Amino acid sequence: MSEGLTWTVYDADSMTQAEIYGQVLCDLGDQHPEIVGLSADLANSTKIGKFGKKFPERFFNVGIAEQNLFGVAAGLAKSGLTPFVSTMATFVSMRACEQVRTDICYQNLDCKIIATHGGASFGQAGSTHHCTEDIAIMRSFANMTVIVPADGIECANAVKTCIDWPGPVYIRIGRGFEPKFYDDEEYGFQIGKAVTLMEGTDITLICCGVTVLQAMEAAKFLKENDGLSVRVLNIHTIKPIDEEAIIKAVMDTRRLAVFEEHNVMGGLGSAVADVIAASGKGCAFTKVGIPDCYCEVGYPEDLYTHYKLDADGVIETVRQVMQMDFEEDDDWEDEV
Amino acid sequence: MALSTNEIKDLEQHAWQARQDIIDITGWSGGAHIGGGLSVTDILVIMYFKYLNVDPKNPQWEDRDRFIMSKGHAGVAYAPVLARKGYFNFDDLQTFNKFKSPFGMHLDCLKVKGVDVSTGSLGHGLSIAVGLALGARLQKKDWYTYCVLGDGECNEGSVWEAAMSASHFKLNNLVTFVDRNRLMIDGKTEDVMGLEPFADKWKAFGFIVKEVDGHDFNQLAEAIDFAKAEKSGPVVIIANTAKGKGVDFMENEVKWHYGGLDTDLRAQAKASVDKMYGKA
Repeated sequence: MSEGLTWTVYDADSMTQAEIYGQVLCDLGDQHPEIVGLSADLANSTKIGKFGKKFPERFFNVGIAEQNLFGVAAGLAKSGLTPFVSTMATFVSMRACEQVRTDICYQNLDCKIIATHGGASFGQAGSTHHCTEDIAIMRSFANMTVIVPADGIECANAVKTCIDWPGPVYIRIGRGFEPKFYDDEEYGFQIGKAVTLMEGTDITLICCGVTVLQAMEAAKFLKENDGLSVRVLNIHTIKPIDEEAIIKAVMDTRRLAVFEEHNVMGGLGSAVADVIAASGKGCAFTKVGIPDCYCEVGYPEDLYTHYKLDADGVIETVRQVMQMDFEEDDDWEDEV
Repeated sequence: MALSTNEIKDLEQHAWQARQDIIDITGWSGGAHIGGGLSVTDILVIMYFKYLNVDPKNPQWEDRDRFIMSKGHAGVAYAPVLARKGYFNFDDLQTFNKFKSPFGMHLDCLKVKGVDVSTGSLGHGLSIAVGLALGARLQKKDWYTYCVLGDGECNEGSVWEAAMSASHFKLNNLVTFVDRNRLMIDGKTEDVMGLEPFADKWKAFGFIVKEVDGHDFNQLAEAIDFAKAEKSGPVVIIANTAKGKGVDFMENEVKWHYGGLDTDLRAQAKASVDKMYGKA
């Protein structure tokens, strides 16, 4: 499709974004002596190593042992400290799944997890290193908060905010090379509250993570070229989800499409569908993600294109959803 | 330091009481892990009535010693010891396993006073203990962390991840026990998945190993004193025990890993415990 909408993940300008959370954690470490950092031989890859260099006595590398990583984090939390743990999303959510669930969530500990390399962001590494299941897994754990920031700036907001948010928090980011979306941190980030990026009345695009930028590019294109009034919601917090924003979108636009770098089973799309179904409201709805398969190998940008998660794909999906029929009865306003 | 005659007498009275309690709870609850509860009883008793620096009136006191029952299925033994220590009423345990009871067979630290860590899934406790010991050291606190593992539990790879890190971090404020009763659900530990040479495995992972009779308070005391004083790194106390200890028809019987007791069996079991303590 149009020029400029297929983007390059390896953008030298965005390299600093990758290091934002490491820097934010360093700044937080000055203010909060109770913060400790942990990783499992991925201190440098995950950028938590920046914290480790600044506060070596408050940083613990347990080697390639993710089960121990989260057990040790639980113990540190129980001793009165606030652990920030970082490793790849696939190892957090699957290798150490039970430790995260039983040692951290069951005991409702103040442990903050920054899971990197989420989705297909390490696409060339193959399915062992893709993580398209973690949102489904993490949101099924009682007490867990799940956040998928749109970019480094939003990740910084999530990291800063989660320190005052009780209980375990799972912050899912990419490999760190993703382009920035926000220019600055002052846009009203709140855990559990959607960010309305664009107002619209014809259709609502709901997105998180890397799809936020793509949805916005697509929305602008659709406004100019198709004359559509598109609402774009960045639902960065998948749990607890902003039900009010979703129901309002249903009432105002009656057409919704969700885009996420995750299996279409159990992620943001499923969370949104739960809210819609419980509301009793009818609408046209679709969810776009990895279609219940193991993701192909390739550079993330090629994979996003393949799975229709880039702006071209979003545009294609919107045009389809605008053609979808759904039941609209006469006493529309009397529903619920 | 060797225990005095009075100390031993006192601990034996607590151990007798704990074994009676375990039998009662197993009867009330319809079923519990009585075999491994009876094997770890003496470790629990010496910890709670001799060593642990805790305050039942202030269970969350931040400078208390931490105790982790990594073999969480021994809740049937752990809960009555906590009750007799004064954390809650023993009679509350009549609800054990029942609808909305705070007492499931694996104790929940958010529901049961005195429990520091929720356990039950094997292979988790030692990692949490490592985190607690690191946390104490970082915060310059002098409390100790104690962790009790089952021997079958040591099949779990995560135990050895934790062991590797305990010695890597030179944790001399962590004391680990293994309740070496040599039985697991499916049979003898050495038949199901051999652990021997068990002490050598711990040594190879950087632990100092003390092997004791886990039903002998003097030997346990000597090993705990040694472990607390040792500054070079972590100590593991391999406590050789008998599953079902004190109940003659249960001792070393694999089928008593888990079971229930009707009125007759309860009476038989209690009589056997009385006999062991010379009270019959």
